[in-house]
Amino acid sequence: MRKTKNVIFELSRPGRVGYSLPKSDVPKTDFKAKLPEHLVRKEPAELPEISELQLMRHYTNLSQNNFGVENGFYPLGSCTMKYNPKINEVTARLDGFANIHPYQPVETVQGALQLMHELQEDLAAITGMDGVSLQPAAGAHGEWTGLMMVRAYHEKNGDLQRTKVFVPDSAHGTNPSSAHIAGFDVVSIPSTAEGLVDLEALRLAANDQTAALMLTNPNTLGLFERDIVQIAEIIHGAGGLLYYDGANLNAILSKTTPGTMGFDIVHLNLHKTFSTPHGGGGPGAGPVGVKAYLKEFLPIPRVEKTEAGYVLNSDHPASIGPVKGYYGNFGVLVRAYTYIRTMGPVGLRKVSESAVLHANYLLKLLENDFNTPYPVICKHEFVLSGNRQKKGGVRTLDMAKRLLDYGYYAPTVYFPLIVEEALMIEPTETESKETLDDFAHALIAIAREAAESPETVTGAPHQTSVRRLDEVRAARVIKVKY
Amino acid sequence: MTEEQFRYLPDTAEDEKEMLAVIGVESMEDLFTDIPEAIRLKEELAIPAAVSESELLKQMKKLAEKNVSAGQMPIFMGAGTYDHYIPSVVDAVISRSEFYTAYTPYQAEASQGELQAIFEFQSMISELTGMEATNSSLYDGFASLSEAVGLAAAVTKRNEIVLSQAVHPNARAVVHAAAKGRGLDVIEVLMEKDVTNFNVTRCLTTPDTAAIVVQYPNFFGSVEDLAVVKKIAEDKGALLIVMANPLALGILEAPGKLGADIVVGDTQPFGLPMSFGGPHCGYFSVNQKHIRKVPGRIVGETVDADGERAFVLTLQSREQHIRREKATSYMSSNQALNALASAVCMAALGKQGVQEMAQLNVDKAAYFAQALQDKGFAIMNQAPFFNEFVIDLPFPAEAANQALLEAGIIGGYSLAETYNKPNQLLVCATEKRTKEEIDRFIAVLEGMSHA
Amino acid sequence: MADHKNFHYTKEHEWVEKLTEDTVRIGITEHAAEQLGDIVFVDFVADLDAELAKGDEAVTVESVKSVSEVYAPVSGTVIKQNEALADAPETVNAEAFAGGWMYEMRLSDASELDELLNYDEYEAFVAEEEA
Repeated sequence: MRKTKNVIFELSRPGRVGYSLPKSDVPKTDFKAKLPEHLVRKEPAELPEISELQLMRHYTNLSQNNFGVENGFYPLGSCTMKYNPKINEVTARLDGFANIHPYQPVETVQGALQLMHELQEDLAAITGMDGVSLQPAAGAHGEWTGLMMVRAYHEKNGDLQRTKVFVPDSAHGTNPSSAHIAGFDVVSIPSTAEGLVDLEALRLAANDQTAALMLTNPNTLGLFERDIVQIAEIIHGAGGLLYYDGANLNAILSKTTPGTMGFDIVHLNLHKTFSTPHGGGGPGAGPVGVKAYLKEFLPIPRVEKTEAGYVLNSDHPASIGPVKGYYGNFGVLVRAYTYIRTMGPVGLRKVSESAVLHANYLLKLLENDFNTPYPVICKHEFVLSGNRQKKGGVRTLDMAKRLLDYGYYAPTVYFPLIVEEALMIEPTETESKETLDDFAHALIAIAREAAESPETVTGAPHQTSVRRLDEVRAARVIKVKY
Repeated sequence: MTEEQFRYLPDTAEDEKEMLAVIGVESMEDLFTDIPEAIRLKEELAIPAAVSESELLKQMKKLAEKNVSAGQMPIFMGAGTYDHYIPSVVDAVISRSEFYTAYTPYQAEASQGELQAIFEFQSMISELTGMEATNSSLYDGFASLSEAVGLAAAVTKRNEIVLSQAVHPNARAVVHAAAKGRGLDVIEVLMEKDVTNFNVTRCLTTPDTAAIVVQYPNFFGSVEDLAVVKKIAEDKGALLIVMANPLALGILEAPGKLGADIVVGDTQPFGLPMSFGGPHCGYFSVNQKHIRKVPGRIVGETVDADGERAFVLTLQSREQHIRREKATSYMSSNQALNALASAVCMAALGKQGVQEMAQLNVDKAAYFAQALQDKGFAIMNQAPFFNEFVIDLPFPAEAANQALLEAGIIGGYSLAETYNKPNQLLVCATEKRTKEEIDRFIAVLEGMSHA
Repeated sequence: MADHKNFHYTKEHEWVEKLTEDTVRIGITEHAAEQLGDIVFVDFVADLDAELAKGDEAVTVESVKSVSEVYAPVSGTVIKQNEALADAPETVNAEAFAGGWMYEMRLSDASELDELLNYDEYEAFVAEEEA
């Protein structure tokens, strides 16, 4: 990794250009004369003035200070950092997909609508649901959309007292925050010592104020909620709905579906399970799926197939409305569609089998050197605790930073909250056995360093483009622009 | 290649055997015994069989060709999504796998590239909007607007929003949906022809108003007087939220200089293909006093252990992964790669290019409107307009669009459904529309008039 | 400088220093500051002159990785806020019991002070929590 010297503005020289616009073939308008004086821009925005080479060199150098999946292994639990196929990038860039306007006449976008319709059907089959909306822009957005449908369902039934959403204490932070923003009160449900939802606690808590239980299965500890059928019975018995957080779908493709498990609403993360790239933090897509009795609440407009072709239909009075501008992150949908066509049913089954095999294998390799709070067969990810190393003064954060020196991206740390010094690892199915072996060796070496020369670990990282950062200063003295 | 081999799945039969042995189980099935038999699927998923790479490419091309793209016909549609020049450097940069396959930059030491690029994006948008702080992007302009409304309510502790009907109809719908979840009341203000009716705005703004929301230029392309709205808001202690087209800010005064409290919008005009409506890229700008309430992520400058300048995600304690139900918002993803694309585009255009591009847009639209008027067509706009305006046709806008399509032109946005004005057509002329294309458009309309 | 061993305490890790018959000064304990880590921002949720009931949210303390609410340990009116914390929030870490004080209140019911813990009781409580 190299040090980048300059922020782009520092490369600027007045009069330098990096663009090429056509000469005007129409008369020039004195816009400033038309506007009231105070609405005319006085000082142009100080954007950089650089040549094309300077621009490319700047960003190329920046890219070399960035770690992507193709630089090395990304064992981030709960993120499913699988390989991002190149064919997806080709199809998303096809002129007929990239250069179409959302408001064009429907007869000019039949290909786009067909793709979306088929993707809806694929995702419905994969999740065991009856209706799908591709509108939400990301997982958390999907969660919020799902919860707004929960709200609409209960309102329609006159159950206005159903204000509580249950969330396990092991859940991802977006669950309670989405619930809160959707207007619900959040009730935390404890986990048993085995890391699963406490059925008794759930039974006691479920009543006529219960709107829904949000669950991911397998859960954030990588453990399958075996009692899911009973959980569904408890919640449904109390008149609530069961919501599936699809973040961990990579573990169960083709083995079971949320629909079969008893869930009523699902959201998916296309940028996790379905190989669309993370992009450094987006864009993603978070489609939602529902059972038949909830279809009326799905967002509008909906992509539907009629005798006359594909249409966008907003004539659904019970819908919660649009949740996003236009129809969804179409560019991301094209990539997911391409992936599903590439893998087919056999491929997707092997994805889950491989993902689960890899996680259990890695867990086995590490179980002697790290505390394993749940030493059982896991699904696609597992959690270790850095408690053993903490006794010697080395924390999980230090070990995560030290992994960067070994050329790996760090696993997820300090999540889920119910495990002390948590280290969550999800290898995914796209890694080779050799990578898993090498990673295990590195982590074990770090455990050894933690015991024998702790400063190597606590002072990490040593070999990245910058050393450990002063995050406190960044939060006290806030400088967010040049 | 057997049916069971896939180029993204590296495990050989040998690998599988070895790993199962280490784990201590006999077969793959033994890894799934925790899933009760009753809920196990008995058949393969009911989706189409796998398709090989070259066949799939062929199929996808055929599917894409069922669409008519802006590459095939000139497009005069705006309404929030625009056909603009995208410098080739944009794709060159965002196709680097170090950028597009990377995760969110929580491990800052391994993500300085991404963090610096986003810091630069934040700086560029702050420059354009005239505000002190911009976040690292949100899903799109509409989501940014609904978040702005939430922030205004939280900060003023009031729960009414005054929303101009000259704001994009889709944006208004998203604001209504979000307001419902947060328990806010949204009151819409009618228009006075092509701009917000400021007298009505004054009446509707009360000490219960958290914010007044306007668009700049507005949905019809007209430039609203932000100074007037600011006064109305200030008089009642409400905030001013402006949704602004960042390209127009190359020629219009920055909303920050006119007193806006929150400026939001979409950076799609900079470097992002239309892509059937998404993904685009929302931006969110505030001044220092509100910085700790900003949703999503924000990149800050700091130093590392050696004292070197470095960048890091800061103010994370507001985010959902820490605050959980007390978070200011639920959003986890932003639109990082698109923010990067927009930053590259803004860097390529630069100080001069943004102004030149904005001027070209104004020129094309002005020529278009004048030429229409010369042929006897009426333009609805009375205020000065940027690159969009409304034609008041003597026949339904839908019919015009049909005729235009038959002539090989993608027309404009009919105001029939969202504004109940079936004869009004919102059109856009960007720097990509030539005089010849514009003249052809007008010729089609002329043909209809004489029919 | 007052000896913090004479202060009152709460189970939410707030300390209360009696200034006069009916005014008190409030902050968070060293233990709490340590748990939070480096403090980056102190947000006075309750304005000056606000009337608070015992248990109402008074202040929010932000560190890099977490945010914590500080509650009113007794009922009364907010009469003063430590504005120095705006520029130097780290004072809370450095001098939790002295310079890191957060706000002062005029009591509405002085008898509420008797419901609070004393230093020994607080220390015992902390020891138990850690076990």
